[in-house]
Amino acid sequence: MIRLEKRPQPSKVWTWATPVLAVVATMIFGGLMFALLGKDPVLAIRTIFYDPLFGEFSSYSRPQLLVKAGPLILIATGLAMGFRAGIWNIGAEGQYIIGAVFAASVGLAAYPAESVLIFPAMVIAGAVGGTLWAMIPAVLRVKFGTNEILVSLMLVYVAENILAYAALGPLRNPDGMGFPGSRNLSQYPSAANLDLIPGTGMHWGVVAALIAVIFGYILLSRHILGFQIRLAGQAPRAAAFSGVNPGRLVLICMGIAGALAGLAGMFEVAGPAGRISIDFNVGYGFTAIIVAFLGRLHPVGILLAGLLMALTYIGGEVAQLTLGLPVAAIQLFQGMLLFFLLAVDVLTNYSLRWSGREVA
Amino acid sequence: MKRRTLLATGASAAVAAAMGMPVRAEGHEPLKVGFIYIGPVGDGGWTYQHDQGRLAVEEHFGDAVETIYQENVPESADAERAITQMVLSGADLIFTTSFGYMDATNTVAGKFPDVKFEHATGYRRDHPNVSTYDARFYEGRAVIGHIAGKMTKTNKIGYIASFPIPEVIQGINSSFLHAKKVNPDVEMVVIWAYTWFDPAKEADAAKAMIEQGVDVILQHTDSTAPQAAAAEAGNVFTFGQASDMAAFKPSPRIASIIDNWNPYYIKRVQDVIDGTWESGHSWGGMAEGEVVIGEITDAVPADVKAEAEAMIAAITAGEYHPFTGPINKQDGTPFLAEGEVATDLQLVQMDFYLEGMLGDIPS
Repeated sequence: MIRLEKRPQPSKVWTWATPVLAVVATMIFGGLMFALLGKDPVLAIRTIFYDPLFGEFSSYSRPQLLVKAGPLILIATGLAMGFRAGIWNIGAEGQYIIGAVFAASVGLAAYPAESVLIFPAMVIAGAVGGTLWAMIPAVLRVKFGTNEILVSLMLVYVAENILAYAALGPLRNPDGMGFPGSRNLSQYPSAANLDLIPGTGMHWGVVAALIAVIFGYILLSRHILGFQIRLAGQAPRAAAFSGVNPGRLVLICMGIAGALAGLAGMFEVAGPAGRISIDFNVGYGFTAIIVAFLGRLHPVGILLAGLLMALTYIGGEVAQLTLGLPVAAIQLFQGMLLFFLLAVDVLTNYSLRWSGREVA
Repeated sequence: MKRRTLLATGASAAVAAAMGMPVRAEGHEPLKVGFIYIGPVGDGGWTYQHDQGRLAVEEHFGDAVETIYQENVPESADAERAITQMVLSGADLIFTTSFGYMDATNTVAGKFPDVKFEHATGYRRDHPNVSTYDARFYEGRAVIGHIAGKMTKTNKIGYIASFPIPEVIQGINSSFLHAKKVNPDVEMVVIWAYTWFDPAKEADAAKAMIEQGVDVILQHTDSTAPQAAAAEAGNVFTFGQASDMAAFKPSPRIASIIDNWNPYYIKRVQDVIDGTWESGHSWGGMAEGEVVIGEITDAVPADVKAEAEAMIAAITAGEYHPFTGPINKQDGTPFLAEGEVATDLQLVQMDFYLEGMLGDIPS
């Protein structure tokens, strides 16, 4: 019989080994699924994990990894702050949308003027938009004790409707033959968030993500605020005794997460997406939650997890194209990753003990 | 899919990678034709019909052609990557089958002048290797509008519209015009769903209409959810959209308007093989076999069915144009004079309702 025994301390080794184990388990069971679908499992796994990095067209797909990972890392880094402190902001998708709408509004208001001030103004607008949207659940929790999980999640749907309204109404391209969607900001030089070095995928959003990772790391490990965040998450009562103001912590953590999500939306709308449209948001805010946990809520872990997640997206697309795998199989494959992570996480907090002689 | 060839391509890929060449696969024998789909191939509507076109190409050309596709491609930053990856994997001709791929298609086309692109329902051809194509759905709408006008007892016809773009407005106007011709008391209730495919939203729209007393529903969205809602309500008729939606025969689905891309796709692939492919805009209708009315079921009285068939014959023969004057706009100003026929330019710019329509087009 296998028995689970609670560890006195979460295992340091397993904390970092479980994500790797989850990835391996996903490969095995994902491969099994691909085999059942009649595809060569080794080829499928290779197509997803290897080809985008070193395959025939990697010179194209490698930059795309950055494009896809940038917003995930940026959002996840912000979310991790709150998650560490036990503040559950599930609505990053909404903050991402509002950041993009604010930023696009500023950019489109300036169109067609050219000025070096437009892009920085859009960056500020994006951060402000995301922060304001995150402040709604934060203030409600501090003032009225509402549940920030529900409020932030519900506000995603409100944000989606605001997005649809913006795409159909005030931000619609006047030259677009009546079709919803704004002008293409990436074709408007003062507002465009293009590759800093052409062909590398390295746009301002990726740079911002790297800066966020560095600041997140310093904040959590070296700064008093980081200490308070960790303390509030691990021992709320101890935190209260040591003078941590829980309300202030909620506002700060939600504010950081909102600002970073809003920035991610800004960089996306000015660059890769190019325009506000009804389908502008493609789930970065939700996927970032997986990335945050896959990265153990640690900025460096998130950096790696974001790249891995981007790899499954890009590789999944390649597998669809070259192997004819259905899109649902790819989505299932990504879902497995989170499922196995949660499942093997038990090893972090519990140790396995063999007892008796029965065969397990 | 033949694994042997895949492995072979893999080997050549390794060589190319080793040489550090970011070139796309070359030297393959069969013509590679790619398709980018907005929905799943099993949506039973728009994407399903495009995929039928893909299969028709495969069947017609056999080994001379290889097809690839990617489904569920969002009209966002992902579209450009999906199209680029398709080019890199060796596609010679790519059909991008949704309006929202317009920018992405033209951007990628600019980077790969040797690859041919065909963008459905768009209007931008920025490069000589981009064509656009569409079908004259308004011809089919005229026929089902006629049937709807005859079939309604409450004199209320519902129309689930997708986006307020000219193509959709043509359809509303065409069906309303012909419903009103046979039933002057008819009223049209339009609900804008702002989606091409969203079963939940479409079902909500259908239910809301039925509650308002609508008993015939037309749709410019692609799911069968409105058919299911009508079947549940009873005594409500619907029309299959994009595909036949035959599962709901003989009622509520009493006829359908089918997009048949097969002839166009086969023709364009042949053009590439022959080296005669040229950029242009194609707008085929019933005469070209691109718009087809599916079986009119026995739920429709025989005389109505005969009238509908006569109209199909007249449109196919080019004897009748659905937009033939006198027609006034909603505000009462003249659109077409007696006997005047709408030009294609007038149709592609249509942004107004016709006389007798209630409500406004959202702007």
